Amino acid sequence: MAPWLFYLFATISVVSSIGVIGQRNPMYSVLLLIGSFISLAGLYVGLDSPFVAVTQIVVYAGAIMVLFLFVVMLLNAPREDVAPGAQLPIPGVVKAYGGVLSVAMAAMLLWALSRLGVVPFVEDPQAAERVASVRDIGLMLFRDHAFSFEVTSILILVAMVGAVVLAKKTV
Amino acid sequence: MITLNHFLLLSALLFSIGTAGIFLRRNVITLLLSVEIMLNAVNLTFVALGRFNGSVEGQIITFFVMTVAAAEAAVGLALVIALFRHRETLSPDAFTSLKW
Repeated sequence: MAPWLFYLFATISVVSSIGVIGQRNPMYSVLLLIGSFISLAGLYVGLDSPFVAVTQIVVYAGAIMVLFLFVVMLLNAPREDVAPGAQLPIPGVVKAYGGVLSVAMAAMLLWALSRLGVVPFVEDPQAAERVASVRDIGLMLFRDHAFSFEVTSILILVAMVGAVVLAKKTV
Repeated sequence: MITLNHFLLLSALLFSIGTAGIFLRRNVITLLLSVEIMLNAVNLTFVALGRFNGSVEGQIITFFVMTVAAAEAAVGLALVIALFRHRETLSPDAFTSLKW
């Protein structure tokens, strides 16, 4: 994929992800996360995986994030308020410790990846075509991974029943 | 030229941002959103490595991750609603009934 496209989408996704964890209002966080997901879908198109890109937009940005939006609107709690009896905001020491931990993790991951050596993608048009083929994805999913696929349906069923039971007025 | 390393580095960066969100925020909904960021970082790794290997396996596992994310969001948000009904707050510091 074109370098400027990669850097554009990467910048959008990183900046909006930082915005997600920086926002006080969960509504803005959810909207920024949708932007991050859409730029990730652009990266998937660049990786010759258009089907994943479409699924990302339809399922992730479309369904899951709308669920989040519904809950944020339903609860109508726009600010991070102080819980009665709890010490908030987080003490500075704890916050600094968490920040240092996550920066250390980022540094460790980047250091480990920088030791990998530069690995370019194979510029094989046939491989790109094979990866992009929805037919191959379907065959693989319903033939080689049929059992996992069926187990997934049970997982969704259990999650659905669990969500209904948990959110019921009288448990 | 964009190499596999670029995608892996971006994925590591996104994953760390998600971790930072878990560490730094005190809002149950933002915590769930941070988990979604981390899941997406891993998805990006899978798709990039699948493209690198020239196989669709990476995309297959991405679909499974998306399914699990959907289930997690449904159950997690139901829990948030149930907790909010009892405590009238979204701060995880308020949900300490099980703490000794």
